[in-house]
Amino acid sequence: MTLDPRKKIDIEEVLTDLEHYRPRRKGWRWREADGRKEGAFEYRQASKRLKNSVPLPAARHFGGIDPQPDCVITTEIASGRFEDDIRRMRMAAWHGADHIMVIRTAGQSHYDGLIEGTPEGVGGVPISRKQLRATRKALDMIEDEVGRPINFHSYVSGVAGPEIAVLFAEEGVNGAHQDPQYNVLYRNVNMYRSFVDAAVAKAIMASAGMLQIDGAHNANATAREAFKVMPELMVQHAINCAFSESVGMPKDSICLSTVPPTAPPAPALWLDLPYAVALRKMFEGYRFRAQENTRYIESDAREATVTHVLNLLVSRLTSAHIQSTITPDEGRNVPWHYNNVAAIQTAKQALVGMDGLSELVKLAEEGPLGEKVRELMERAVLFMEEIRDSGGYFEAVSRGFFVDSGFYPERNGDGIVRDPKGGVGHGTIVPRDADYLAPVCHHFGYNALPDGTGRPCDLIGGCTLCDPSKIVYIDELDEQDNVRTRLEPFREHRQRGLIRPEVQWYGDGMISMTMFLPVSENLAEYAAVAIAERLGLLDPEVIHKAVMHPAEGTLIELKAMVPFDIDPESIKIPEKPKTLSEEEIRQAVSRRPLHAVAATVGEDEHSVGMREIIDIKHGGLEKFGIRVSYLGTSVPVEKLVDAAIETDADAILISTIITHADIHRKNMKRLHELCVEKGIRDRLLLVSGGTQVTDDIARECGMDAGFGRGTKGIDVASFLVREREARSANRGV
Amino acid sequence: MIQRPDDFAKRRALLAGLTEEQLKERFWSAAFSVVAPLVELARQHTSPSIERSVLLRMGFSSIEAKTIVELCAERGLLGKGAGHVVLKYAEARGLSIKAAGEELCSKKGWNVVQDLFKKGGGVLDTGPKKED
Repeated sequence: MTLDPRKKIDIEEVLTDLEHYRPRRKGWRWREADGRKEGAFEYRQASKRLKNSVPLPAARHFGGIDPQPDCVITTEIASGRFEDDIRRMRMAAWHGADHIMVIRTAGQSHYDGLIEGTPEGVGGVPISRKQLRATRKALDMIEDEVGRPINFHSYVSGVAGPEIAVLFAEEGVNGAHQDPQYNVLYRNVNMYRSFVDAAVAKAIMASAGMLQIDGAHNANATAREAFKVMPELMVQHAINCAFSESVGMPKDSICLSTVPPTAPPAPALWLDLPYAVALRKMFEGYRFRAQENTRYIESDAREATVTHVLNLLVSRLTSAHIQSTITPDEGRNVPWHYNNVAAIQTAKQALVGMDGLSELVKLAEEGPLGEKVRELMERAVLFMEEIRDSGGYFEAVSRGFFVDSGFYPERNGDGIVRDPKGGVGHGTIVPRDADYLAPVCHHFGYNALPDGTGRPCDLIGGCTLCDPSKIVYIDELDEQDNVRTRLEPFREHRQRGLIRPEVQWYGDGMISMTMFLPVSENLAEYAAVAIAERLGLLDPEVIHKAVMHPAEGTLIELKAMVPFDIDPESIKIPEKPKTLSEEEIRQAVSRRPLHAVAATVGEDEHSVGMREIIDIKHGGLEKFGIRVSYLGTSVPVEKLVDAAIETDADAILISTIITHADIHRKNMKRLHELCVEKGIRDRLLLVSGGTQVTDDIARECGMDAGFGRGTKGIDVASFLVREREARSANRGV
Repeated sequence: MIQRPDDFAKRRALLAGLTEEQLKERFWSAAFSVVAPLVELARQHTSPSIERSVLLRMGFSSIEAKTIVELCAERGLLGKGAGHVVLKYAEARGLSIKAAGEELCSKKGWNVVQDLFKKGGGVLDTGPKKED
């Protein structure tokens, strides 16, 4: 099954015959360092280009190039309904994400076993075989469409870690979070159980070439003062790294999840950069996933984006194998479709923009940077040695060593304390007897295999890791809570292609509005809701407010639901006039020369738009032999008309960018009226252009045509040639 | 943990003279000694999830794996390995692995299993046996 960029992905087709779908590969894929030349530029930190993608908006000035950074880019997608997430994954891939991380539904880490079927999740997706298989199948199609492998990722944690690891290995999941400390500290899973399970899970992950990401960054998100946990973060990373390596995971499959710990108004780089450098020194040889800061994210998407760009600067000044992204709306709601894309664009834009930075600037390790790096490393050494000398890891956890708000060795006595004889799964680990046997491959630990056994699974004629045909697929267990029942109410809606806005789920109807209200914050919030209600929107809710001034006004962003659909049949789309070919225009102009006078009118100094329409180097009117007298900017309408009369021009072209007090409309009307007064309106073609101009507005104001954003010289040239010929025909010339 | 002021200046005296490489060596040496007992604990223990992961790899569904592991745990057999239980039962009864597991899931054959592990003395017998 292949995707057609012009068509939506067919979820019904994705769900068909899943029982027999097999992932085509296992293991993690890095980007291929290639495609270093794009357009006029040479890139130093770029990877192979994509077959299909959406470039950055400004790419139109650079021949549409879409350079891809060297590092893998992550996006986290989990709305609770995988069938909707799949569409978002496709959008994300087109913008440059190749690591799709699926957050699990709340509570799955305490679920003692595997979830089957496709129940709806809360704050994430219930990870099940069917959900994984459907998503992997969709991602296989999407990676063909964009022409780059896409890594699929979720979590091997909680009390079912080993089973989930098997499931992931079987279903072609390429990466996973696995860190027993996360279970212990944040999920209160019994510490013995957590480490015993983790060893088996890690060995299975290693067998499938999966990339492991640790969970240390959670200390940053949890700690009272995140910037003080830096020595501890290094300790947590090291415990997971050393444990993983000791159970057989290759060093280059072990990835640290690191986060710049602070954000403005703190002097962020002063703290974040030494930490990033210290980590990269201490953990040489391991992989780095650079996460963006979530600890200090508020509802302001702009503020979040600036913090994230600073995080990206840290990545470029040091290194990152994976650049993770956090959506700018993380602080206000479960991320929306377009905010995943926004975060990916931020990463791509910043990384490409800082391409080669480390060849241009050098970190000043001789000064405060070096001193701080050394200090962090020393504090981490002292922390690790204190754990060792205090009776080991379990003892340390039971004494509250971790997530203390003090800057180690300072201790504030507020760390997380866990009882070795408590937590979920306490009392469930069992010593392996002398005759313990597990007749399967890639099993960690003591295993009394009979002498002469080849592969362990030879004892049973093959295990699922060697013979996938043995995998048992369960479709659904719950007749009510599954993907089919969720799709059903919108079946007709989909078939008819009815249009309803959405932010995360098909047909959710959600829109957001931005408004400035010239009142105080408190009043603005309630007034905004009243406005949305008057507009007929449902369930309005303020998602962001920002004081512009305590009395002068407040910026409000509000979300609400649209209670209707739009039938595409009812929409009349004005037909875009087809342009003539370049050759047709040239011939017409050479048969009968065409001369235009042009200017930006009124008190308006914008010249770029008009120059693009005229200039030969932009493929403008001059390219086709049309002669243009450009009078400049801020030209009075009267002067243009006089010039047209003097030079016997065929057309007047005006550009009008400023729209304040409808000045653009007034200038258009004035031009038309003046031409009528002077008796030349019939023989002149009047054309206006500008970012806020449409053909309808222009015609209403007496013009013969109007051209808006994105217009090219050939559009205007085609119009001039056609219209002149049509008028001549009418006059019988 | 009891409160403690930041006495880094005092504590670092031990480390002050080390090169960066020596500092790193010291860190990793401590890290590997911290995890060594954890690795050993894992090597010598199993858990319900680990045993379910074995049964999944043997070709059982998650539902079957859960049932078999629960029944093993109730009978104190997890230390033998749930996969081992199924394997030994299959051999004893001359059944396929799948058929043996299905029987055990339906709560049949557990007396045989308990007997096998009492008599077997913990060593895997190769080749099927005829036993009740």
